[in-house]
Amino acid sequence: MKVSTMEKYILLKNKLPEWINMITPTYTIFAPVKEEDLVFFKPITKPSEMTLAYSNAIVPPKAQMFHQTETMFTFTQGKNIRVNPASLPDEKIVVFGIRPCDAKSLSIIDPVFTNDFEDPYYLTKRKNAILVGLSCNQPTVNCFCTSLNGSPASPEHLDILLTDIGDKYYVELNSEKGKQLVEKTKKLFTPATDADSKKKKDVEKKAVDAITRQMKINNVDAFVKKLDTIFDAPYWKTIAMKCLGCGACTYLCPTCHCFDIQDETTLDKGARIRVWDSCMRPEYTLHASGHNPRPERMNRVRNRVYHKYNYYPKNHQMIACVGCGRCIDNCPVNIDIIDVITKAGEVKP
Amino acid sequence: MKENPYQPWLATIDSICDEVGGQRAIKTFRLVFQDEKVREKFTFLPGQCVMVSLFGKGECFFAISSSPTQKGFIEVSVLKLGKVTSALHECEPGDVVGVRGPYGNHFDVSGWMGKNLVLIGGGIGQAPLRSLIKYVVDNRKQYGKLDIIYGARTSKDLCYTKDFAELKTCEDTNACLSIDVKEDGWSDFVGFVPDNLMRVNPSPKNAIAVTCGPPIMIKYVIQNLGKLGFSEDQIFTTLEMRMKCGIGKCGRCNIGNLYVCKDGPVFSYKQLQNIKGEQ
Repeated sequence: MKVSTMEKYILLKNKLPEWINMITPTYTIFAPVKEEDLVFFKPITKPSEMTLAYSNAIVPPKAQMFHQTETMFTFTQGKNIRVNPASLPDEKIVVFGIRPCDAKSLSIIDPVFTNDFEDPYYLTKRKNAILVGLSCNQPTVNCFCTSLNGSPASPEHLDILLTDIGDKYYVELNSEKGKQLVEKTKKLFTPATDADSKKKKDVEKKAVDAITRQMKINNVDAFVKKLDTIFDAPYWKTIAMKCLGCGACTYLCPTCHCFDIQDETTLDKGARIRVWDSCMRPEYTLHASGHNPRPERMNRVRNRVYHKYNYYPKNHQMIACVGCGRCIDNCPVNIDIIDVITKAGEVKP
Repeated sequence: MKENPYQPWLATIDSICDEVGGQRAIKTFRLVFQDEKVREKFTFLPGQCVMVSLFGKGECFFAISSSPTQKGFIEVSVLKLGKVTSALHECEPGDVVGVRGPYGNHFDVSGWMGKNLVLIGGGIGQAPLRSLIKYVVDNRKQYGKLDIIYGARTSKDLCYTKDFAELKTCEDTNACLSIDVKEDGWSDFVGFVPDNLMRVNPSPKNAIAVTCGPPIMIKYVIQNLGKLGFSEDQIFTTLEMRMKCGIGKCGRCNIGNLYVCKDGPVFSYKQLQNIKGEQ
């Protein structure tokens, strides 16, 4: 639910810990936490546990809605088989410090878990979550959200967006959920002035200008059609040659939603578990007969690219990529999706 | 929140029919939902599939091989091949499995009313066609001519022999069996399924052809249907893929942008011509 005229407030930076403390009793707060050199979204109990000096978390916060491993239900084996439904968590969560690109990724994968059959595991957590974003003032070298109609300071897809404008946060409320969260803690917030709004715009412009790389997709419909014409091009073989099939790109992608389902058992008890899966693995599509529709790495690399830039737009009218740059940052052999897509646009059918 | 689509209903194996023995054994399992309410509300159409659970082993996606005109149970025919199917073959009547579904699209049984049907199957591929055949036989007046062409490697590899014995006695049904190599006492056609199709020589006029079986058979059946004058939109087939969720979420069964579990398993040849993707 969108608020018709977006409400804008100011939260002084020194009031942020107080705000977090005020909402901690009601919500489980997931926030960026530094471990070694990496940042992860983790539940925090006090504001000092989190870091706000981060570019982005290595694992996207989709993991808070779509767990990497999750028990779907348990069962007893043997003569008296019984299925015991897993209790769905009713805890309310706040994902604090989620970047606008990662918030967009959730809007992108929502239809997968909503359409035709509602996925209770994802949707329960999604509905119980409030997304409090933090604008990305210093995009990294591989960020390219602006190529995909995103912005490092866009409140779209978020309930609340905070933007660091110096000694204070510019706070935009973008949904009823966001409005209600601030309503309960109103005394910490003051209305934003026109000067504050201008400052936010300046910060946003500076961040947008700091994004140096661009993926060239001028027109989504035309690009989708273009990919239809180059499916059999030798280009994909060339792209896939250096791929190791490690799957890092898929595990760290905020829009990858594939999963495997496995039964884990002891002697008389068992659990049906779902775990993230990766289309980069040959076993992913291997039939029991031995037939594999995607036997070569080329098939799998091409499927990953097409899923994001051709199949997904056909099925859901949007590209399944937000330009977060994780797959580029973490590819051990430097496969660069910006280059792959930009050059695909130049491949002759 | 609605019902959890991943949580199967319990069903008891009522009976098991040994269709084929040996290395590539096939058994048909008759499953009865334990909950009477589920038994009543579970409705499907020929071509649709179910996800069958063997708790502790996993799940597999099978075409329902019984017809919606048969009430109180569903049947699945299972080729022993992988972990779950091998474990299923060890099951006995009275054992309990999980079932969820029905999933996927179905044969257009209402759109095909009044048409002549040519149903061409090979091996275990006959499973979804068996559902359609039974449905058509039980609604016989609604459909035109019924040609059934079915073959396997040897007479011992033929499924549903009891069904075929009955079908052969139906006056308004033309059931033609084949085996690949000559055997003593075999009076039906000897040769491959696509050749038997040419021998039967069905007319494409006001007809629909459905073919299910191994990919190599489908390839030549479609070629031969073309020779007989069938157009791309008169030919239908069913596809299979490795699946986990069965409901279009886990990602792996796509051919291009289509998911076999929810956009299939039934596709027209015309549709398949237009999909760019790995099969």
